[in-house]
Amino acid sequence: MTSPSVLDVEDLTVEFRQSRRTPPLRAVNKVSLNIAPGETVGLVGESGSGKSTIGRAVLGLNPVHSGRIHFEGRDITRASARTRRGLSARLQVVFQDPYSSLNPARTIGQTLAEPLLAHSRTDERPIGQRVAAMLERVGMPADTADRYPGQFSGGQRQRIAIARALMPEPRLVICDEPVSALDLSIQAQVMNLLADLQRDLDLSYLFIAHDLPVVSHLSHRIVVLYRGQVMETGPAGALYTFPVHPYTRALLAAVPQPDPRAQRAQRARAGQRTASSPSAAASPRGCAFAHRCPHAIDLCHSERPPLLPLTGGRAAACHRSTELHPLPAVPQSQPHT
Amino acid sequence: MRRVLRRPVGVLALAWLVLMTVATLAAPLITTHGPLDQDLGHVLAGPTSDHLLGTDNLGRDLLSRVLYGGRSTLLAVGEALLVFLLIGVTLGLASGFLGGWVDWLTVRTADLLFALPGIIIVLVVLSVFPGNLHAAMITFGVLGSPGLIRILRSQTLSIREELYVAAAKVAGLKHHQILRRHILPRMTSMVIVQAALFAAIVVTIQAGLGFLGLGAQPPHPSWGGLVADASQVLDRAPWMLIPSGVPLVLTVMALALLGDAVRDAAVEGWAVTKTAAVPTAAHAVAVDAPATTEEELPSEEAGLLSIRNLSVEIGGIPVVQDVSFQIAAGEALGVVGESGCGKSVTALGILGLVPGGGRITHGQVLFDGVDLVRSPTALAKVRGAGIAYVSQEPMVALDPTFMVGHQLAEAVRRHQRCDRRAARRHVTELLDLVNFPDSAAVVRRYPHQLSGGMAQRVAIALALAGRPKLLIADEPTTALDVTVQAEILTLLRTLQAETGMAVLIVTHDWGVVADLCHRAVVMYAGQVVEQADVEETFTRPLHPYTAGLLAANPHLAREGEPLPTIPGTVPTPRDWPIGCRFAARCALSDDACTTQPVPLAEPLRGRLTRCVHSQRLLVEGTPA
Amino acid sequence: MATFRLVVRRLLSSTPFLFLVSALTFVLVSLVPGDPARTIVGQHATVEQYEAVRGRLGLDEPLPVQYGDWLVRVFHGDLGASLFSGEPVTSVLNNRLPVSLSLIIAGTIVSGILGVSLGLLSARRGGLLVKVVDGLALLGLAVPAFWFALVLIAIGSVQLRWFPVTGYVPFADDPAEWGRSLVLPVLSLSLGAVAIIAKQTRDSVLDTLGRDFVRVMQANGFSQLSILYRHVLRNAALPLVTVLGVVLVNLLAAAVFVETVFAMPGLGSLTQQATVQHDIPVIQGAVLYVTVLVVIVNLLVDLLYSRLDPRVRAS
Repeated sequence: MTSPSVLDVEDLTVEFRQSRRTPPLRAVNKVSLNIAPGETVGLVGESGSGKSTIGRAVLGLNPVHSGRIHFEGRDITRASARTRRGLSARLQVVFQDPYSSLNPARTIGQTLAEPLLAHSRTDERPIGQRVAAMLERVGMPADTADRYPGQFSGGQRQRIAIARALMPEPRLVICDEPVSALDLSIQAQVMNLLADLQRDLDLSYLFIAHDLPVVSHLSHRIVVLYRGQVMETGPAGALYTFPVHPYTRALLAAVPQPDPRAQRAQRARAGQRTASSPSAAASPRGCAFAHRCPHAIDLCHSERPPLLPLTGGRAAACHRSTELHPLPAVPQSQPHT
Repeated sequence: MRRVLRRPVGVLALAWLVLMTVATLAAPLITTHGPLDQDLGHVLAGPTSDHLLGTDNLGRDLLSRVLYGGRSTLLAVGEALLVFLLIGVTLGLASGFLGGWVDWLTVRTADLLFALPGIIIVLVVLSVFPGNLHAAMITFGVLGSPGLIRILRSQTLSIREELYVAAAKVAGLKHHQILRRHILPRMTSMVIVQAALFAAIVVTIQAGLGFLGLGAQPPHPSWGGLVADASQVLDRAPWMLIPSGVPLVLTVMALALLGDAVRDAAVEGWAVTKTAAVPTAAHAVAVDAPATTEEELPSEEAGLLSIRNLSVEIGGIPVVQDVSFQIAAGEALGVVGESGCGKSVTALGILGLVPGGGRITHGQVLFDGVDLVRSPTALAKVRGAGIAYVSQEPMVALDPTFMVGHQLAEAVRRHQRCDRRAARRHVTELLDLVNFPDSAAVVRRYPHQLSGGMAQRVAIALALAGRPKLLIADEPTTALDVTVQAEILTLLRTLQAETGMAVLIVTHDWGVVADLCHRAVVMYAGQVVEQADVEETFTRPLHPYTAGLLAANPHLAREGEPLPTIPGTVPTPRDWPIGCRFAARCALSDDACTTQPVPLAEPLRGRLTRCVHSQRLLVEGTPA
Repeated sequence: MATFRLVVRRLLSSTPFLFLVSALTFVLVSLVPGDPARTIVGQHATVEQYEAVRGRLGLDEPLPVQYGDWLVRVFHGDLGASLFSGEPVTSVLNNRLPVSLSLIIAGTIVSGILGVSLGLLSARRGGLLVKVVDGLALLGLAVPAFWFALVLIAIGSVQLRWFPVTGYVPFADDPAEWGRSLVLPVLSLSLGAVAIIAKQTRDSVLDTLGRDFVRVMQANGFSQLSILYRHVLRNAALPLVTVLGVVLVNLLAAAVFVETVFAMPGLGSLTQQATVQHDIPVIQGAVLYVTVLVVIVNLLVDLLYSRLDPRVRAS
C-alpha cells in the first residue's frame, strides 16, 4: 500500500444465526480488501457469495463476527450509533432496487435533504440550492425536487439515489448492484454517470455486482468471491483478460459473448470442460470451489488454499494456480491510480 | 383524508356516522318524547307523524329510545377503542421496531390472547362485575388489541426492511427520526382501518350484551335492549325489529365501509410506486390509430409459426402493434428488446395468454396453417403439444404443493394418454433429457427443495412432455446465476439440436441471442424495428436502436472510455409518438422521422428495418 | 411420524395457553365483590355458619393455594357444583356439550360449503357475483347473529310456520325434528362465517389464478379442470385454512347469542344464564371447556395446513 487507504477490511467474518439447532451460516469468511482514494474496487460473485453482506457490514447494517474494518484510519468495526452518525457524511450507499430505496411518500427534495439532517452544516448555501445543484449534476430536470418517486422510471430513480448518496460529499460510496435492475441502455448511462462523478469528485467506490463485464469496466481492481471467500484478486484488466483461478475462469466462460463468432469459439473451448452443478456439499476444510472444480485434486478437498500473491499485484486462492495457469513474466497491465 | 372523501362510499359512511353521533348527543333537540315516557294509549304502534319510528309495548317512543340508547353505544365504543389503540399501537410498534425480548414477549402474549373467544371472557368479567359495562368494554379493548399488535408489527417489520430505511440509517438518522419520517406515516392509515373495523365489532358486541340483558338495565334504553324488547313481541309487532335493528346494522356497516375506503385510499396513494409505468385506462390516447395498415410483408414460404399483424391491448392501451414474424421448423429465433417493448406480451399472445386482462385486438397467429386467435379449440390442442412454454422465474413456475414427479406425470398423461406406469417411465426419460443424474430422487422433491437451476430444468422437462414442435422461452436464464445460466443455455442448445424443435427465446441479453439463435427480431415500443440473421444483426445493424443497444453492452466496452449510450428512456405506451418511436433518442432523426408512422422496409433480401434512413445506414453503417 | 410430532408439539405449546386462561379466570373470579359464601348462606346466617361455608369452599386459603387446589380437582374431573342447582358442573356441561357441538359442526359444514362455492363461483364468473360476495361480506360483519336470528324467526316461524320458534329436540328423540329445530339456528349462526369464507375464497382463488405456475400450466396444455380444482384450489386453500380457525372461534362466540335466542340448552346459553346468576363454578367450567375446544380447533387447523403445504411439513 503506497497511499493510505480509504477503506481497509481485514479478515472480515460475518455469521448469521439460523435456528437454534443448526450452526450459524458463515456468509463472509476472512475477507480482506482495501480501497485507495479515488479507486474503485469491484466485488464480484454469484448469489450466496457474501458480496452484499460485506457492503452492509461496512455500512454497519450487519453485525461483524470477527475481523476489523478501518475507514480513513479509524476502526469502525463495532462503531457506536453516535460514531456511525458522524461517519455518515463520509460513507454513503447506493442500493440495487431503485423502487424500494426511495420512500414513495416523500418528495425527492425531502429525500435528498435527509443525509444532511444528521450533521452540522459546513456548506453555507441553503439546502434547496444544494439539492437543485446535485440533481442537475446527476442529469435530472430542475422540477424533480418537488415530485414523488412514483413519477420516475427505474433509471431516473437510480440517478436520484446516487444524488442522495452524494449530498453530504462522501469519500466512499458503497454501490450495491446499482445497475443490475436496469435495462441495457439505461445501465450504460448510469455507469457513465458513476465514472464521471468519480473523476470530478475524487470518490472511492466499492462496486458490488454479479456481472463480471460490468464490474471490470468500472473497477480498477477486482475481488472475486465464492461462498464468502476470496478466490482471486487483482487489477481489473489483467484479471478479466487472464483469469487465474478456476472459479474466475468458469465465471468468465459462463458469460455468453454478445458476438456470434466469439461465442462459438467460447463454446468450442468450453466443450472440453465439464460444467457440473454442485452435486456434493463442499468440504468445510477444503477449498470452497473444490466440488465444482474440474482440476480439483485430493489436497483441494482437505486443505483450504491460502490467498497466494502472484506477479502484477494479483493473488489467487488455488493450490494449482501456478501450475495450471502460469502468469506471463511481465504483468499485463498496471492498476490505475 | 382527501382521497377518502373522493370516494362516494367513504363520504356516505362518514356522513352516517357523523349524523348518528350528532343526533345521539342532541337527542333532546330532535325528539320531544323522553326515552322513558310511556303512552299506554299508543302501544306497539307503527310509524306515525308523532312517533316517527312507532312505539314499544309500553307506548314509549322508539326514535327517542334509539337516540338515547345510542349514547351508551358511543361511550362503549370510545372506551374500548381507547384501550385498543393505546395497547395496540404502543406494543405493535415497539415489538416491530425494537425486536429482541420485547418482541418475543409481545408476540407470545398476543398469540395467546388472539386465540380466545373474546365474548366468553367478557361474560366472565360481567359475572364478576355485574352490569359494569365499563369493565366489559375495557376488557374487550384489551382482548382486541392483539389483532392490531400483529398487523402493526408485521407492517413495521416489512417497512424496516425497505432500503430507504437502510439508506436513512446510513445517512445517520436517529431511531426516532426514522420512526417519525419513514414508519409512522405509513402506519396511520393502517391504524384508522383497524380502528374502524374494531369499532364495528364493539358496536355489535355492546348491542349483544344489551340483548343478553347484561348491559344497561331496563327501563334505560340501549340498542341491544331494544332488540330484546322486540323479541318479546315478535308475533304481535314484527315491525319493531326494524327500528331496533336497522340503525345498529347501518352503523356497523358505515364503520366497516369507512375502514375499506381508508384502506383503498391508502393503497392508491402508495401504489404509485411500482405501477407508475403501467398505463391506466383513464389516460387512453389514440396512438396512430389505424394500426390496421396491413403492411405487405415479403412473402416467405409459410413457416411453422407465422405471426401476422398482431396487435394487443391491455386495459384499452395498445402495448403491441402490428407485429409480424415467422419461425421455421427447427429454427431458433430471438426476440430482443428492453423492458416495456412488448416482447413478453407478444410471446404470451401466441399462446392466447395475454397477461393483465389484455386481449388480442388484431392479427393472426398461424401455427401449422391454423389461426390460433380465431380457433380456441385449435389453441387448446396446440398448447403443450404443439407449442410449449418456459417462464422467467423457475422458482414460482411449479405448483409448490405437489411433488415434481406428480406434476411431470400429469403433463405426460395429459399429452401421451398413457397409464401410470408408462407415465412414470416417460417422466424418467424427460428428466434424463434435461440432464438430471438422479431422477429417482428428484421426482419425490417439492419445488421449494430445488435450486433455481434445478427448478428451471424441471420446468423445461415439463414443457417437453408434450413433444412440442416449438418451445417459447421467456427470459429463461435471467433470474439465474451466471454459471447456472450457462448450463441452461447449453441444455437448450443441445435439446434444440437433438430434437429438431424450434425455439422462440425472449431476452434482453445479446449474449443469449449470439449463443442460441439463428435469427433475431428486435422490438422497440411495441413494434418490430429490425429483423435479420443473427450474424448480420451483430455485424451490420440496420436500425439505430439495434446499433445503440449493441454498443451499450459493457462486454464490448473499451477500458477507460465511457460506454456509448442511448440517451433518454423507452416511452410508455401512452407516450408513443405518431412517427418513429425511437426518434427522440436517435442521432439520425429529422423531420421525416416524426411526421408519420414509419413502415417496415426491406433494404436487403431477408432484412427488415423500421427506419426512414435505412438506405443511408446501408451505405454508411450505423453511428456507434 | 411427522404428524405425530406436530400434534405433540402443538399440544405441549398449548399448555401455557390453558394455564393462562384458567389462571386469568381464577384471578378475575377472586375479585368478585359479592362473596360466594355469603350468597350461599344468605344474609341472616351466623358468623359460624358463614365461616364454615368459607372453609368448605376453601375461601380462607391464599389465592395461589386456592388455584392449586382447583387445578388438582380439575385433573380429577371435579369442577365443583353449580351454586344454584347444586349439580356437579361437569355433568351440567357434559349434558349441554352435544347441543353446542351439533350447532357448531353443522354451522361449519353449511358455511364451508356455501362459502367456498360462492367464492369459487364469484372468482370464475366475476361480474354480478363479485358484488354479491362483497355485499354479503359486509352484511356478515354488520348484521348481528341475534338480530338475524329474530328476523329468521319472524319470517320462517311466525309468518310461514315452517320451523319451530324455539327449542331443541335431541337427535335420539326424533332425528327429523332434530334437523328441523337446527335449521334456523344454523342459518343465523352461519351468515357471518359464510361471508368471511366466501370473500377469502374469492380473493385467494383470484390471487392464485394470477400466479406464474398457473400460466405455465395453461401454456403447457394442462386441463382447465385440473388447473382449477387440483392446483389452484389447493394453493388457495392455504390462506383459507388459516381463516377457518378464526371462523370457528367466531362461531363459538356467536353460539352464545344464537342458543339464547332459540332457547337451546347449549354451552352458550348456559354461560349467559350463569353470568346473569353469577354462578361462578359454572362459568369457570364453561371457560375451561371453550378453551379446550379452541385448542382442539387450532390443532386441527394446523394439521390441515401441514397436510396441504409441504413447506410447513418439512420445517
